[in-house]
Amino acid sequence: MDWILIFSRAVEAGIGSEAVIYCLAAIGLNVQFGYTGLLNFGQAAFVAVGAYSIATTVATFGLPLFLGVGIGLVLAVLLALLLGIPTLRLRADYLAIVTIAAAEIVRLVVRAVALKDTFGGTDGLQEFAGTFYGLNPYPEGNYVIPPFIGFDHRTMWILTVGWILVIAVSLLLFLVMRSPWGRVLKAIREDEDAVRSLGKNVFSYKMQSLVIGGVIGSLAGFIFALSRSSAQADLYSTDFTFFAYTVLILGGAARILGPIVGAAIFWFLMIFVKTGLEEAINKNVINFLNVNQVGAIQYMIIGLGLILLLIYRPQGIFGDKREIALDAR
Amino acid sequence: MHADNPAQSRKAAALAAFEGLATEPGVAKPDPILVVDKVVRRFGGLTAVDVGHVEIQRGSITALIGPNGAGKTTFFNQLTGFDTADAGEWTFNGQKMNGVPAYKVARHGMVRTFQLTKALSKLTVIENMRLGAQKQRGENFFAGLIPGLWRGEEAAITQRAEDLLTRFKLIAKKDDFAGSLSGGQRKLLEMARALMVQPELVMLDEPMAGVNPALTQSLLGHVKNLREEGMTVLFVEHDMDMVRDISDWVIVMAQGAVIAEGPPHSIMSDARVIDAYLGAHHDAPLSAEEEQQQLEEAEAELAAEADADGDSTKEAGNERV
Repeated sequence: MDWILIFSRAVEAGIGSEAVIYCLAAIGLNVQFGYTGLLNFGQAAFVAVGAYSIATTVATFGLPLFLGVGIGLVLAVLLALLLGIPTLRLRADYLAIVTIAAAEIVRLVVRAVALKDTFGGTDGLQEFAGTFYGLNPYPEGNYVIPPFIGFDHRTMWILTVGWILVIAVSLLLFLVMRSPWGRVLKAIREDEDAVRSLGKNVFSYKMQSLVIGGVIGSLAGFIFALSRSSAQADLYSTDFTFFAYTVLILGGAARILGPIVGAAIFWFLMIFVKTGLEEAINKNVINFLNVNQVGAIQYMIIGLGLILLLIYRPQGIFGDKREIALDAR
Repeated sequence: MHADNPAQSRKAAALAAFEGLATEPGVAKPDPILVVDKVVRRFGGLTAVDVGHVEIQRGSITALIGPNGAGKTTFFNQLTGFDTADAGEWTFNGQKMNGVPAYKVARHGMVRTFQLTKALSKLTVIENMRLGAQKQRGENFFAGLIPGLWRGEEAAITQRAEDLLTRFKLIAKKDDFAGSLSGGQRKLLEMARALMVQPELVMLDEPMAGVNPALTQSLLGHVKNLREEGMTVLFVEHDMDMVRDISDWVIVMAQGAVIAEGPPHSIMSDARVIDAYLGAHHDAPLSAEEEQQQLEEAEAELAAEADADGDSTKEAGNERV
């Protein structure tokens, strides 16, 4: 077995574009779920809004990319307001139901045959990332990062932008979550009636949290679309949201580093297991499986790993065990 | 009382205000901080609250008592904006408060605690306290990003919080999670946190529920202190010893309505209150005629029983022969 190959693929995935995308989506969820206790099961909708905003603006209407970025941010805010106004006054589960439905509505709208001219139907939209890669400062070629990983110049550029975004957003959240504003959010997560009785406008804070988390989700959408130079509706299904939750809980909710480390480890493990199995089958180390079965086995193994994690480390990697102990009281 | 002993004078002042008031429901007080008119709350066919008129005297400790299901907590929820009344209006310091959302009620200086204590478990005790302070600049998202804008204010808030925690003997716990406190300590924390809002009227929903007797005395002391500091206290309580000990005036609710008011030492002997707690006819006949009738019925029953006994003995005797 070629262990160098397995490890290099896994490390590349751990810092690659998937990791960046899921990391940003999970940071958004961290604001909403981790800090405020809002169950947003429709993060995929915000990611789709980001991706399709730039894709439609450039590919369909021929307008500049940065206008698309602006439109994406504005639409993410509007989507959050639309979801929040009817549900945030109600119990937490209503938001969960409405967001999961909204995410499916967004996906079905952008893949609709009737809107094929605008959104491209199931084929999606391509050829909108030219401006972005035109700005690429890395000269063409392959970049080897010692000891054994490497990316081409396009991936280098998207990863540079992506991780800068991750760091910038994390720094902002680090500052604001230590402030009295962050304290109100955490208090709402614990008991919103108590917070109301102390004179805080709970609805407004929940809305701010939903909007901020949604806007961060749309950043993930920009990176998603640009990294693939394509926006395809079926990538933004509910699976996406659940993987983002997995990343968040793996790393530890309500921790700034949680989603970052969670995304890196999640994608490292996904590709490690996949490449490892493929190698083992190709080299006849495992002969009772074939390569076509790897996809399913991969999810089984990852799923088992997550179950074990939740049993033995329910707080995630960065969580505080004392906090989980409080829930049992 | 001596002017140099404010504790005594406040209590005396509060008691003097109630001197000679009628014990009718809705009696007018000399200086009411809260005036409630015709508040109604229905849950389907059940009228949970139907209060005609009630006034709460400023600077006093008023108890709200009543049997289970009398609507005390629902009434509390109406007044503090946690539930919407179907009808009625109330004013706090002369300002209309019906339809005002809960957080604005608190900002006006009318702060409540809860029957089931709401400690914010995963926040530390000191963070719980800091949350209570009003008009914090750092509670704006953009200001929150720049620590320089709120650091100074935060230090002042922390100082005030630590003073209160010292008074409530929770200072040793200040960096512990609130979720790790005992039930009684949570009640203390909730009361201290409410004081961080700097309220004029403190509304305590069963402050003694689930508190061990050792802590009861200290909680009582804290409630009395609120009056000494010039605050008005309205509290719901079941423990009659506590009501007698600390309240200046008692309002009794039953089946959603206020049925009596009065000073604590005499209210429990009020016929309406006894009726509400024990039922009006729990042991007495309704009228003299009825009493006579009950007596005759009982005698007739006894006589019939005696006859039947006699017959059965005879029959038993016949059989034996």
